[in-house]
Amino acid sequence: MIYDMAIAPFVDYGFMRRALVACFALALGGGPIGTFLVLRRMSLMGDAMSHAILPGAAIGFLIAGLSLWTMSIGGLVAGLAVAFLAGLISRVTALREDASLAGFYLISLALGVLIVSTQGSNIDLLHVLFGTILSVTDDALILVASIATLSIVTLALIYRPLVIECFDPAFLRATTGGGTVWHFIFLVLVVVNLVAGFQALGTLMALGLMMLPAAAARFWAGAVWSLAALSTVLAFLSGFAGLLLSYNFNLPSGPSIILTAGLVYVASILLGTRDSVRTRYFPRAHFHD
Amino acid sequence: MKSAAPLSVRDLTVAYDRVPAVHHLTGSFAPGSLTAIVGPNGAGKSTLLKAIAGLVPLGEGRIEGANGNIAYLPQLAEIDRSFPITVIDAVSLGLWREVGLFRAITGAHVRRARAALAAVGLEGFENRQVGALSAGQLQRALFARLMLQDAGLILLDEPFAAVDERTSADLMQLVEGWHGEGRTVIAVLHDLERVRESFPDTLLMAREPVAWGATPDVLAPENLRRARYVSDAWGDAA
Repeated sequence: MIYDMAIAPFVDYGFMRRALVACFALALGGGPIGTFLVLRRMSLMGDAMSHAILPGAAIGFLIAGLSLWTMSIGGLVAGLAVAFLAGLISRVTALREDASLAGFYLISLALGVLIVSTQGSNIDLLHVLFGTILSVTDDALILVASIATLSIVTLALIYRPLVIECFDPAFLRATTGGGTVWHFIFLVLVVVNLVAGFQALGTLMALGLMMLPAAAARFWAGAVWSLAALSTVLAFLSGFAGLLLSYNFNLPSGPSIILTAGLVYVASILLGTRDSVRTRYFPRAHFHD
Repeated sequence: MKSAAPLSVRDLTVAYDRVPAVHHLTGSFAPGSLTAIVGPNGAGKSTLLKAIAGLVPLGEGRIEGANGNIAYLPQLAEIDRSFPITVIDAVSLGLWREVGLFRAITGAHVRRARAALAAVGLEGFENRQVGALSAGQLQRALFARLMLQDAGLILLDEPFAAVDERTSADLMQLVEGWHGEGRTVIAVLHDLERVRESFPDTLLMAREPVAWGATPDVLAPENLRRARYVSDAWGDAA
């Protein structure tokens, strides 16, 4: 019974195995990146960049149809451009960064949908918006796995300044004379991982597998490394369970995965061991010394 | 520990949006001196420290001798207190100059960090989360981090603003210890009583320098009046 529901789909079908491997790679890259996004209070930034990928991918689609490489490169360029522009605008004008990000992502979304729908069918549009994890190709797997590898290695290299910049940015500026370069490297990693996720989950949901497990981990873990490890595990389990849900109940796979991650998130808010609803309203007795 | 050259400021002007915060300031801090910077709000005290720390572009003039190892404690630390980091890790940031991006934190480093925590009265707090510290304890931890930075020039911007009397007295002892070790210490302060008590030198400024030199001379009533230090201006600070 359990074998039939949980194991057999992956044994029997190559597309399910590939989808699972894609989830694993996305979790490895997205878990730690999502952790830093949450710690840096950059969830909105992530949202804006994931939408920004859409028009870029759409232009790639215009040029070469549903081609992995042109759409990825288009998405990458557009995502980086918006990340850069939003930062620039908040520095040279009085508009705060959150407002400029919201502005950019609305424009991006509208532009992307417009481009895809004038040239392609509704099926194409759904592909771009919600991904096609059940038809991940070998090329796409290689891309996603390479991005996961690149992300982990790069994060390991910039781990210290990134942590310092989250915790005490003024200290980093005063001791090393800059934090911008680390911030920018991190932004590039975010965009690259969103491009990876977009292959599998679509532009609208790519962020979900990064943010939701990382936000959920906040209610359980109390150190940066354990947060990153836990959100990777949660992201992978969400992918695993979401794929099974999608297979057994014939549901669309992307939303199933993200909703599973959402369920984990809500459960963590309610039941987590740190600052959750449970610990707030049903606290254990405090210490008496 | 003595740095050879004095830290000197020549005709320094720093402006925000063309409004000068520091205006034509000239003078020098002797190596190993302990100087308080006092003045009304908006007098440019913090800006001067930032300029020395190299954090704001200089409008005109220049600063000499501010090279090498500088430790700077800003007024409102931009610390994210909800960030999941233990006290010992936060304090160990002071080792940045020694360990940088990749070098390991050795047993000797950890011992120094523990010793610094003990020196600021936070023994046993090593593995607590920073978010669990009170404002005074956090300031103590930041002083421990300053100790690990082992800097020849230490800049403190209102280090006692948010802490109680006992904590500020303890921290002042550390400052005096640094002075005794020959480090140059410059602190922005509001508490004139403490300045008179503990700081040999004082710079009184109100955008432009009003007086700079030995504390008793600088804090003469006439100078305070000149800095528009009417008695009620002190109300909030004393």
